[in-house]
Amino acid sequence: MASSITPPNTYEPAGGPGPFPSVGARTRALFPSGFGDWVFKYSTLLFAIGIAGLVVAIIVSMAQNSTLSVAKFGWSFLTNTTWDPVHEQFGAAAFTYGTVVSSVLALLFAVPVSLGIAVFLVEQAPRRLSYPVSFLIQLLAAIPSVVYGMWGIFVLAPLLRTYVYPPIQSALGFLPIFQGPTNGLGLMTAGLILAVMIVPIVTAVSTDVLRAVPDTQREAAFAMGATKWETTQVVLGAARSGISGAVILGLGRAIGETMAVTMVIGNRPEISEHLFGPSYTISAAIANEFTEATSELYRHSLVELGLILFIITFVINVLARLLVWTVTRGQGSARA
Amino acid sequence: MAVSGSAEFPVLTADFNLRRRKLKSRVMTGLTMACAVLLIGILLAILLYISATGIRQLSLGFLVNNPKPVGESGSGIANAIVGTFILIAIATVIGLPVGIMAGIYLSEFASSKFGRVVRFLIDTLTGVPSIVVGVFAWTVIVHPMGHFSALAGGVGLAIIMMPIVARTTEEMIKLVPHSLREASLALGAPVWRMSLGVVLRTAAAGVATGAMLAIARIAGETAPLLFTALSYNYMSTDINQPIASLTYQIYYYAGSPYEEWHSMAWAATLVLVGMILVINVAVLSVVRRRA
Repeated sequence: MASSITPPNTYEPAGGPGPFPSVGARTRALFPSGFGDWVFKYSTLLFAIGIAGLVVAIIVSMAQNSTLSVAKFGWSFLTNTTWDPVHEQFGAAAFTYGTVVSSVLALLFAVPVSLGIAVFLVEQAPRRLSYPVSFLIQLLAAIPSVVYGMWGIFVLAPLLRTYVYPPIQSALGFLPIFQGPTNGLGLMTAGLILAVMIVPIVTAVSTDVLRAVPDTQREAAFAMGATKWETTQVVLGAARSGISGAVILGLGRAIGETMAVTMVIGNRPEISEHLFGPSYTISAAIANEFTEATSELYRHSLVELGLILFIITFVINVLARLLVWTVTRGQGSARA
Repeated sequence: MAVSGSAEFPVLTADFNLRRRKLKSRVMTGLTMACAVLLIGILLAILLYISATGIRQLSLGFLVNNPKPVGESGSGIANAIVGTFILIAIATVIGLPVGIMAGIYLSEFASSKFGRVVRFLIDTLTGVPSIVVGVFAWTVIVHPMGHFSALAGGVGLAIIMMPIVARTTEEMIKLVPHSLREASLALGAPVWRMSLGVVLRTAAAGVATGAMLAIARIAGETAPLLFTALSYNYMSTDINQPIASLTYQIYYYAGSPYEEWHSMAWAATLVLVGMILVINVAVLSVVRRRA
């Protein structure tokens, strides 16, 4: 089904398909042997491998710089909730909890909205409206993280503290997740800020995915007498796996996000079920404590936190790209 | 003509009340538009708040003076502006050539299998959290050298820039018609001249666009600078020393207890966001005109 969409081949000569399948292959076929060309080709290769190799270099250097904490704490580093620099007891569990919960909250808010926008852009908006709308949504991605943090502390947090959290707490306060302090800095505020930050990427990838669904699907649904919304449901169904890819890509972004979260999450390393209360994330812990790490073990523990963060986002990104690729067949893979 | 619902066609379950279905359709499509309106509203709210709050503190003196202690008037962010430009310059000098060469490799030479692996790793690098890049830059530069430096910050930013430039360069170069390559080879040009003098030159506008977007992106990064470039309270252009940056300054002022520093943070935010948005809007409107 999806294989029926092939990207437009812009380098096809007018006389029909050429004998070679790709630009790369043709260039190689046309390659006149010469020392300068040899040097050129392999120096571009060197740079390409250099960038790709950075991924490996990051893993290796972080592993080397976390040997002390790995040796001392082993696997218990992952499950231990204590983070006590004074007594040199370090565990990542409280930070992992904060990272996961704030990111999942962000997804809960961001995914429905992003899908709504993507459906609006692809299925409903006329072209002259679709362009400026997607342009404005993408501008949200251009705003720096630290600026979202500023806005979070000085605008959003006071608003939530005054007008949103107290009513929710008085209405639903019997639920443990809505109990606890409501000073505005905490998991929920971080989740909301993260949601605004990841909407552009989830929207962009979902838009690509929805565009890749063949029009025959829509025509078939309309021909069966489906309404506009029912047709959209058919399209969403066909794009299912690609949309999950978009969602997971958004999750990866939320998990790795640093500055805005550091500024609004309240920075308290404990596992608590109160969503309005303060928490801490892996990225925030590194951002706040790295320059203050006085002992080697302390620093190695922080680097190990970074390594955990890297591995989580790596796995998530690989998964997301595979899912998006099953729908778009590489068309939208340049998004990142 | 039984269009009754079945397991295979869950969407078309038999609801023959056309009016109800049409109403539902209208409500749902309306909701999708509401989502777009909501997010655009948030964007405008943020931008308007930044402008309204930042403009109060903004003055010529703010742009040309260095920071002063709390309570003293005439404090400014000149060193942070200069620092941000120096950091961007270091990152660009390293990141741009590397990214462009890698992009040329991906589109011109990469065999499909090996190319896919390289492309995949480069895409992965784009998804690496910027704080992790900061830790990496610390371990490879700050730690061995023994002190914080603008160079380390610039390298961190370059790492974020390279994959973006590589991928946009690849996409742009792929758009160059093959007839141009053939023509230059037919004139006897070696491949390296064809790639740099004809293909890259034809795609130059597109590559520049990608580079500008990458610069706009790194201009707003804070996390990779926290323990590399750090900050510095005076004007400095020494890349071997810590250096101030707009983003770090905003973070620092926002976290302080002083009302006065908060308003300076807003003004610095206005400068930073203005810079980044001007680049984005300019680049994207150029792209659109060509599309």
